[in-house]
Amino acid sequence: MSDEANKGLLSPLRRKLLMGMAAVPAITMLPRASFAQAPATSAVNTTGLAVTDTEVTVGILHSATGTMAISETGSIEAEKLAIEQINAMGGVLGRKIKFIQEDGASDWPTFAEKAKKLLVNDKVAAIMGCWTSASRKAVLPVVEQYNGMLYYPTFYEGLEQSKNVIYTGQEATQQILAGLNWIAKEKGAKTFFFIGSDYIWPRTSNKIARKHVENVLKGKVVGEEYYALGSTQFNSVINKIKLTKPDVIFTDVVGGSNVAFYKQLKAAGIDLAKQPLLTISVTEDEIDGIGGENIAGAYACMKYFQSLDNPNNKAFVPAFKKAWGEKTVIGDVTQAAYLGPWLWKLTVEKAGSFDVDKIAAASPGVEFKGAPEGYVRIHENHHLWSKTRVGRAKLDGQFELIYETADLVEPDPFPKGYQ
Amino acid sequence: MTDNRFFNRSELIGILVLAVFLVVVLPLTLDVFRLNLVAKYLTYAFVALGLVICWGYGGILSLGQGVFFGLGGYCMAMFLKLEASSVENTKIQSTPGIPDFMDWNQITALPFFWKPFNSLTFTIAAIILVPGIFALIIGTAMFKRRVGGTYFAIITQAVAAILTILIVGQQGYTGGINGMTDLRTLKGWDIRPDHAKIVLYFFEVGCLFVCIMIAQFVRHSKLGRILVAMREKEDRVRFSGYSVANFKIFAFCIAAVFAAIGGAMFALNVGFMSPSFVGIVPSIEMVIYTAVGGRLSILGAIYGTLLVNFAKTSLSETFPELWLFGLGGLFIAVVLAFPNGLAGIWGDYVQPRIDRLIASRKSKPDGWTDSSVADGAPAE
Repeated sequence: MSDEANKGLLSPLRRKLLMGMAAVPAITMLPRASFAQAPATSAVNTTGLAVTDTEVTVGILHSATGTMAISETGSIEAEKLAIEQINAMGGVLGRKIKFIQEDGASDWPTFAEKAKKLLVNDKVAAIMGCWTSASRKAVLPVVEQYNGMLYYPTFYEGLEQSKNVIYTGQEATQQILAGLNWIAKEKGAKTFFFIGSDYIWPRTSNKIARKHVENVLKGKVVGEEYYALGSTQFNSVINKIKLTKPDVIFTDVVGGSNVAFYKQLKAAGIDLAKQPLLTISVTEDEIDGIGGENIAGAYACMKYFQSLDNPNNKAFVPAFKKAWGEKTVIGDVTQAAYLGPWLWKLTVEKAGSFDVDKIAAASPGVEFKGAPEGYVRIHENHHLWSKTRVGRAKLDGQFELIYETADLVEPDPFPKGYQ
Repeated sequence: MTDNRFFNRSELIGILVLAVFLVVVLPLTLDVFRLNLVAKYLTYAFVALGLVICWGYGGILSLGQGVFFGLGGYCMAMFLKLEASSVENTKIQSTPGIPDFMDWNQITALPFFWKPFNSLTFTIAAIILVPGIFALIIGTAMFKRRVGGTYFAIITQAVAAILTILIVGQQGYTGGINGMTDLRTLKGWDIRPDHAKIVLYFFEVGCLFVCIMIAQFVRHSKLGRILVAMREKEDRVRFSGYSVANFKIFAFCIAAVFAAIGGAMFALNVGFMSPSFVGIVPSIEMVIYTAVGGRLSILGAIYGTLLVNFAKTSLSETFPELWLFGLGGLFIAVVLAFPNGLAGIWGDYVQPRIDRLIASRKSKPDGWTDSSVADGAPAE
């Protein structure tokens, strides 16, 4: 934004002159152009990171094995694709990106151990990684202690902000509030029933949702239930839903539990075409397991759907499918993971350095116009400005875009009045 | 070998070799990061050591050692977490001065059972006593009623599952599935920098040797013989007038306390504690370490733990997507081909050759070992 403002100050004549002057050395040095682009390693890397004259190393840290592998595989694929595309465009500061992949094995301490390995042994310039809040919480002290840079892709509960982390997913208020406003207005919803998996993200999300329903929408929460991760028995809560007849079922059940939940909901005769259900945890990836016929009609509230109709996404989806197979689907987190390497590249170029301190300082204001979700910009608090969208699940497992906020929603990880 | 000695000659050599390996060889050859990993592996060695007594000698297969590892670890982590949650460190919270996860769960005052953990003395006592008493209760309830074998193993699994659900469910008090993260200092001493990791490593190795000595003592005492007798023919021991239940309870309690010490060491070395060490899977993994090392061998269990964990780390670094298969293959191979684990391989194949070698060079002084032995293969 500020760049455009500066350009406006230059007179057209002066601009032409400058461009002409810039062209002269560029022509004489054409054969050595790549050399000219790449600044000396000693200048861009003062802290001993794994940067050579031709290469820069980053880490990819997700679960390739264990229960989370099904969710995190998409993130790994997206990050590899982004790195490949960046390299095809000439890399970062004239250096190709090389990545070291480590497996967090769905085990939080392993994440911490591998993060430490990447930072201490491999001296990676940045880590693209983590998925669950638990893994991020385990890795956070490590990246802070060893001054690393983590690009974290998942929508999450907020209440966190670190110099060493860029959160490329939405925090809770960003994701939830617009969706609740929309459904309250559109469906005239007054009563809500909350169902979540029992850990920090659903609990915090529901806390925020409850405050919003009660204080802003003047509605009522008629039930709030939690189930252990991996739980598959939802019959009792489905009975309660039938008794309380809420206007909206609001869910943040995660992972494999979703399969049981939506199947049992359907079996109990709750027709999602008539009973509004708003989920903040089901992406195209989860529908793959749930089956489109079991969830068709449900609303999901997040920032990206594979079906988004914009030029960036129209280039991104085929590229992703070409790289990883025609049948792969792209969910919200996968797209957010794709942003990680790009935002890092843009920030490095803005800072003119790979040094973590300089990247952390340069991050606010970095904008990525090629994002599949449209346009994103990094906020002062290291989260992204992004739009919130509501989609409706279709039989084929895709979402149909129903609503999107007119403007970018400001990230607010420590929301006043919602704590 | 006489009864009043802790160890015979070959055991003494084995312990010395292990001591040289852990105290001299590893610290000299590994950088701090890898040494800290070894420290993490060794925390499981405490559990494996307990299992040798309880399972190898006593014949009591416990598939719930994660419970005690977790209890010890959580006691330590509670102390460290309280120290890390000073009012100054937590001033962005709605209630400063309490652990961050309590604040996220709208708890506004420190729960009563957290308060004693402000004291290090209490914490150390709790690390030993809480799991010890818990094991005593389970052991008494089971063994006095003559529940044993498979039933006992299943019940310990159930306990592991229950404790995990409890910890995950009560996240306001326990940190839930995230566990307790970001542990920083011990009595003002920062446990995170490299030099602290080295000190902690040596402290841990010291504790491990104390536990090895206790295990050796138990093994060579009359008690150890009764345990073995019980494993082989329980009724005969009972008819000879011994209280079988009490000996079993004792073995189980010792294993529990060892596991708890391991857990506390884990919290200190890794700066982290979470329910993922308490549940069924980690408990079974701990049994696997013992099986790979050899369940009858005190030292074998330690090498087994190191080997499996080292394989886990290096395989997962080299083949991030395939490593679990490699690890699975390793277990199957060991169990099928060498039911007595590494110690069995050593005892059956290596030891006899060394003995022959020594016999053929009788002129050499006692205590002399081949240089290949010094590399620290299991000695039994």
